[in-house]
Amino acid sequence: MKFVDEFRNSQSGKKLIDRIVQRSKKPARLMEFCGGHTVAIFKYGIRQLLPPNIEMLSGPGCPVCVTATEDLDRVIALSRLPGITTATFGDLLKIPSSRSSLQQARAEGSDIRVVYSTLDALDIARKNPDRPVVFVGIGFETTAPTIAASILQAKAEGLKNYYVISLHKLTPPVTKAILDAGETNLSGIVCPGHVSTVIGAKAWDFIPRDYSIACAVSGFEPLDILYCISMLVEQIEAGQPKMEIAYPRAVRPEGNRQALKLMEQVFEVCPANWRGIGTLPGSGLRIRNEFAAFDAERAFDIRVEEPPKEPPGCLCGAILRGVATPLECKLFGTACTPEQPVGPCMVSSEGTCAAYYHFGGGYG
Amino acid sequence: MCLAVPALIKSIEGNQAEVDMAGTSYKASITLTPGARVGDYVLLHTGYAIQIVDQKEAQETIRMFQEMGMV
Repeated sequence: MKFVDEFRNSQSGKKLIDRIVQRSKKPARLMEFCGGHTVAIFKYGIRQLLPPNIEMLSGPGCPVCVTATEDLDRVIALSRLPGITTATFGDLLKIPSSRSSLQQARAEGSDIRVVYSTLDALDIARKNPDRPVVFVGIGFETTAPTIAASILQAKAEGLKNYYVISLHKLTPPVTKAILDAGETNLSGIVCPGHVSTVIGAKAWDFIPRDYSIACAVSGFEPLDILYCISMLVEQIEAGQPKMEIAYPRAVRPEGNRQALKLMEQVFEVCPANWRGIGTLPGSGLRIRNEFAAFDAERAFDIRVEEPPKEPPGCLCGAILRGVATPLECKLFGTACTPEQPVGPCMVSSEGTCAAYYHFGGGYG
Repeated sequence: MCLAVPALIKSIEGNQAEVDMAGTSYKASITLTPGARVGDYVLLHTGYAIQIVDQKEAQETIRMFQEMGMV
């Protein structure tokens, strides 16, 4: 595939690794924010290729993993309301909530459909005008504009039965929260590539400016990631942290203005509850009053009878904050596997526990 | 979940494009990339083009990888 294969070239990969090995002298703790990066790093064996002074940590960049249990409880309660069709990305289906999962609700009779895009959810709404269709709006800034576009489309068409429950989360505020907590002692951050496609690389300027931490935006092919790590190493060795782009074919400093415009038109910033991290101000998106007719939280009476509860022994919270690795979790690989997951990080294909389980071996 | 893959725009009708990804055709929305034209590569995420691939930048990065180590 064009613009994919060229970035998997093994000869260039070797040169990049040589450069990293040659240049990197200081101990470096790097966090990849994005779950897509976590998977790519494991899949291509990048951790094993790095010199021992470079340590890679995984961050909170898996939207379904950071969805708060109580929010998921509400989605499940909503899906159980009579006559409702729930449309969701497949990643969310198996995530265990306090007492159930969407998959279990579906087995018990709820009409829950897995869609690839909000365009499919709009189609379901068009074909079933007598049924309310609720799309579960989960994702970071990459996905939020597509969901904003679907609400604008529904409004333009006069669709009266399309709703969104907005559980979107914003990535710079949670990165700040992790850095402010001071638990991870990072020297560099591999910034999320496709989030930055939308919000622009400038959104990360605060990392070198306010925290003196190295920072570069990476793509998802192995050469992209190695290039990003080599940029971080140069910054760390020189003691000059700055914001760089290792993915210039997709990421511009200012991002995608049209996507940002639609996102801001439909959503407003609000506090959001992150699994394992807690409620962070200004880290979520809710539907603006002007689009209240499409807001499932306002349209339906969602009631959760019992308080949320977390699975005992699960370390997902600490893993999402980058303060524990899956290898430190007693449930990992025994009580908790992709077939019988206990926590969300084992369920999602890009969850840190799933990546360790499938590709990790002993390389933590 | 923020997965996005490059796809080539074959035709455009309004906000909808037909794109080619490794030989397979898909329909994609270009609502978020109104500047996209036939012949552009776009990054496709959940049925929407979220950015136009800057081909010049891509070639520049590839060239830099190739030249690395030759100095």
